[in-house]
Amino acid sequence: MTNPYFEILRPGINTTIQDSGRNYLYHIGITVSGAIDQRNYKLANCLVNNKLNEAIIEFAYQGPLLRLNNGNINFAITGDIFFNIIKNNSEVVEGKCYQNYILKEGEQIDIISTKKSAYGYLAISGGFQLKETWKSYSINTKAQIGPNNGKKYSVNEKIFIKNSILKNSKNKKINYKNPLNNIIRVLKGTNFDYFSKEAKDIFFNQSYSVTRMVDRMGMRLEGSNLENIVNTNIKSEGLIRGVIQVPADGKPIILLSDHGTIGGYPKIAVVISADLDKVAQFTPGTTIQFKEVNLDEAEKLFKDYTIETDNYLNECS
Amino acid sequence: MIKNISNLGDAAIYCDFGSDVNEVINSNVTDYFNHITNLVKQEKIQGITNLTPSYNKLIISFDLSVIDFLKLKKIIENLDIKKHIKKNNQKIKIPVCCDDEYGLDFERLSNKFNLSKDEILDFFFDKEYFCYMTGFIAGMPFLGDLDKKIRINRLDTPRVKVPEGSVGITEQFANIYTFESPGGWNIIGNTPKKVFHKLNLLDPALIKPGDKVIFYQISKEEYLEFND
Repeated sequence: MTNPYFEILRPGINTTIQDSGRNYLYHIGITVSGAIDQRNYKLANCLVNNKLNEAIIEFAYQGPLLRLNNGNINFAITGDIFFNIIKNNSEVVEGKCYQNYILKEGEQIDIISTKKSAYGYLAISGGFQLKETWKSYSINTKAQIGPNNGKKYSVNEKIFIKNSILKNSKNKKINYKNPLNNIIRVLKGTNFDYFSKEAKDIFFNQSYSVTRMVDRMGMRLEGSNLENIVNTNIKSEGLIRGVIQVPADGKPIILLSDHGTIGGYPKIAVVISADLDKVAQFTPGTTIQFKEVNLDEAEKLFKDYTIETDNYLNECS
Repeated sequence: MIKNISNLGDAAIYCDFGSDVNEVINSNVTDYFNHITNLVKQEKIQGITNLTPSYNKLIISFDLSVIDFLKLKKIIENLDIKKHIKKNNQKIKIPVCCDDEYGLDFERLSNKFNLSKDEILDFFFDKEYFCYMTGFIAGMPFLGDLDKKIRINRLDTPRVKVPEGSVGITEQFANIYTFESPGGWNIIGNTPKKVFHKLNLLDPALIKPGDKVIFYQISKEEYLEFND
C-alpha cells in the first residue's frame, strides 16, 4: 500500500521542509537551517500530537495549494495565516490557525497568505516520509542539502506522509497571539566600538525599517547610516543566527537561519535568543527599534520565553 | 593561547587568539577546535551545538537551555589542550583553467599589479597554500598566503553570481567557490574538480584546515575532459 501524499498544485513562494536544524557543521560551511520561527514550529507539532522536533512544512508569504491523495490525515497550521480547506464537494471552509483538522482523501489545503508575518507552518500527525541528511530534515537551498534534493518545492511534486493510523484525534486548540511589538532586544556585538558615538546613538534611538532584501539568510535594514571609525572589514570569522553586521554602506543586516557561516563585516550587535523567532517574522516595511540589554537580562528573558512556550505547549497536550 | 574570551550574543562564546593571521595562531585555533570536538563526541561537555574556527578566532555556539556563557567559559578556560593531536596535513592538487572565459578579472588585475597575465599566473602557481578554514558556503576553503605582488582588495561591488568552481583571490588569500554564490573575490580561473561532495556524508569537504593546496594550470581541453 502506498503512503498518503500531498500533490503540490501550487508551490507557494518558498515552501520547504524544516525541523529543529542541523548542528555541528558550521566548521565546514554548512549553516544551521531549521524552522525560522522555532516556537510556531513546535506549537504546530504539538497540535497534531507529534514529537516537537518532527519535520514539517514551512512556507513564506504565499503558501502552497496541496491536494491529499491516498488516505486521511490530521493537520494543523500555525502562524498568522489565511487558509481554506476545500472539501470534495467543492465547499470551501475557512481554516483557523492553532487548531487541528481532519483532511480526507481528495480534499485540499489552500494556504493563501500570511497576514502580518512572513512564515507559517503546516504539521501532519505522524510526520512526513523523508530522508535525513546529517541528522536533520531541513532543506538548505544554498548548499542543496536535505529532502527534495535541497530545493524548495515546485508544482506537481509530491510530499509523502508516514503511514499512521488516524487516531480518534481530539480537537486541540491553543489560544495564541503572535507578538505585536517591534522592539528587538540586543547585546552589544564584538565590534561595537568600531562605530562612532553618533552611530551608537542612532542604532539604539532611531528606528530601522525592513527592506525587501529579506530571505531565510538575512534581513537588510534601511535607516540612518552607521559610521564606522575603525575598519569596515574584519578578518573573516564565524557567524551565528541573530548577528547584526554592518557592511561599508552603513546599513545593518540581521542574519537568520540560513546565514553564511563566515563573514568579514563588523558585528555591531546580536539579537537575544528570546527575540529570534519574532525578528524572523517581520515583513518588508516593518519599522523596528533596537533596545540594549545585558547578558543577565538576556538569559532571564530567554528563560521567561521558554516558560511561556512551554505553557502554550501544555495547553494542547 | 586564547587572548580573550567574550560572549557573542547570549548563546555563543567568542575566543580571540589575536589579530595576526599566520599558521602558528591558526594551529592554536585548530588545537582547541579538535580538543573540544572530541569532548563533545565523547559527551564530556553538554550543550555545545557548533564550533566555528577561523584565521584567529573560535566561536562556540551552545544551547542556552542546557548551559550558559559563564559555565561554559569556565570549562573552556580550564581545558588542558593537547597540542597537535591529530591534524590534517594532506597535500591536495587542484587543477585550474585560467582561460579568459574562466578568469574573469585579469584585465583589472593586470592594470592594478602592472603585471602581464602570465606573470600573475607565475606568482600564483608558484606557491603551496595553507588552508586556514572552510566556510561561508559549504566546503569553501580559505587559503594563504599569496605572493605580496598579487594582493588586492575585494571588488567594490560584489558579483551577484560567481560561477561554481571559480578560484578567487583577495588580500593575502585564495579561495574556491564550491557552489554558485554571490561573492566579491577577484576571479582568476575555474577548477573542474569537485571540492565539496554532499553525498560523502562522513567527509564532504575535500580541503580542511591544516591541509596544503597545490594549484596547477590546465588547458581548456583538459578542463572539459576532466573526470573527477
